[in-house]
Amino acid sequence: MKIKQISVFLENRKGRLSEICSMLGAAGVNIRALTIAETETFGVLRMVVDKPAAAMDAFRTHSVTANQTEVVAVEVPDTPGGLAKVLDILTDNDLNVEYMYGFVEKFTENALLVFRFDDPEKAHQTLKANGVNVVGEHDIESL
Amino acid sequence: MIWNEKFETMPLEELKNLQSERLVSLARYVYDNCPWYKRKFNDVGVGPADIKSIDDIVKLPFTNKLDMRDSYPFGLFSRPRTDLVEIHVSSGTTGNPTLVGYTRDDISLWGEVMARSLCCAGAVPDDTIQIAYGYGLFTGGLGAHYGAMEMGLTIIPTSSGQTKRQLKIMQDFQPRILACTPSYCLYMADDAREIGIDPRTASWKIGVFGAEPWSESMRSEIEQTWDMLATDIYGLSEIIGPGVSQECTYKDGLHLYSDVFYPEIIDPDTGKPVPEGQDGELVITTLTKQGIPLIRYRTRDIVSLTYEPCKCGRTSPRTSKIKGRTDDMIVVRGINVFPSQIEHVLLGIEGTHPHYQLVIDRGAHKLDSVEIMVEVDERIFSDEIKRMHALEQKIKKEIEAVLSIGVTVRLVEPKTIARSEGKAKRVIDKRQL
Repeated sequence: MKIKQISVFLENRKGRLSEICSMLGAAGVNIRALTIAETETFGVLRMVVDKPAAAMDAFRTHSVTANQTEVVAVEVPDTPGGLAKVLDILTDNDLNVEYMYGFVEKFTENALLVFRFDDPEKAHQTLKANGVNVVGEHDIESL
Repeated sequence: MIWNEKFETMPLEELKNLQSERLVSLARYVYDNCPWYKRKFNDVGVGPADIKSIDDIVKLPFTNKLDMRDSYPFGLFSRPRTDLVEIHVSSGTTGNPTLVGYTRDDISLWGEVMARSLCCAGAVPDDTIQIAYGYGLFTGGLGAHYGAMEMGLTIIPTSSGQTKRQLKIMQDFQPRILACTPSYCLYMADDAREIGIDPRTASWKIGVFGAEPWSESMRSEIEQTWDMLATDIYGLSEIIGPGVSQECTYKDGLHLYSDVFYPEIIDPDTGKPVPEGQDGELVITTLTKQGIPLIRYRTRDIVSLTYEPCKCGRTSPRTSKIKGRTDDMIVVRGINVFPSQIEHVLLGIEGTHPHYQLVIDRGAHKLDSVEIMVEVDERIFSDEIKRMHALEQKIKKEIEAVLSIGVTVRLVEPKTIARSEGKAKRVIDKRQL
């Protein structure tokens, strides 16, 4: 199961991130995971939220540039080498990771990681076939 | 000294007769040699026989920048390509660039008017001149070069850039004349101090500055910084390049060589002449050019014109400094920039039409900078940084290719660019010209 990630274009300026988060707060959207990729002049905020549609509506209302992409969230055993094992599967199957980041909270006893792939569908199938627990949208909403 | 006393101090009545004679020949010449003009004359129902004196010029149709673009490359020429000895190209507003070409006689004319200009600024034949205008397709460098050669000056063709080398050459050869853009002259002062040269001790005592608009306050700054006389030169490649008009040492308007470039000042909206001394659009007819003579070319530059005699003795009319433009052209580092060029490039990228704004600034280094802000909307946004970087670079490279000047591109959030009545302001010019 793939999940929806929302990415937001941000200029590097003071208070902008808090404005974005306030918009989501006012729309009753809860952020599950978040990461920021930054450059000298701009940044891209990527996040997984419980209500992506509501988040997109809020951004549209406030003229914030955002888009949705499919990412794959997987459970990784929270033990040394846990992530390496998952990455080995990806390497062996020639799956290219654009970027990845960790969840802020724990889903279960395992760690949760979000992966952005070129081909999320293939990645999803491959991971499942290799016994990796892929987290579904429903799981995210109920976190 | 006055380079060409006969023409430059010709009594006005005699000058008018000469202009009449030349216009009559010109009308016949373009009608017979340039099918484009023949058609244009026929369209407005005028023929060479209708042109009997310079006063009949108002019967002739205007020529626009667009006409040059649409007839690219040689449609507006009155001579075949084989008669041309040189061509120059400048970037157009959109699409085709503007092409001009010179016959051997046209090059002589260019040398003549540039020699007049250098003399007007105070040069004498024993002088050495450092030409720091760009040499190449841009008319600045070669135009000044031909004039200096005509005068018999010693030319140092440094072209633009490499400031420290410019300064070394100035120190080694002690040229009294400097020709470059006014902003580059100021820029060089910083570099001079950096390497321990007091600009006031420099050998340059006369500056022939042009290719971009500049103000009286900038003149004072240059004159005080370098202890030199800073004069203004005007020109445009369509007419000939630099050397259309030039200030004399009294710095009271630019002498326009009306025996060869006939000026009219019109109301840009109605096309009708405005009373002497009033602001309007400068329209020029090249009375003697051969390769690409232009009839009533609309320069889009706003000036006023006076026929009052000047203390220097020249009888040529004088224009004010350029007071503005009738279009949205801006001049950056001597290069003409139209916002429509930016629009064109952006439109070509992923087929989008994002909001943009040009911010022109003259920083501490005195050189103009161009920043292009582009609003990122959903159509061009990607969650992958590398794609955003690629977009930024693509916009930068394509704009630089079109404008021939370096720019910085900044991706900004939607609604960052202020809009008034829904229409975004395309250009913010922060320069204190």
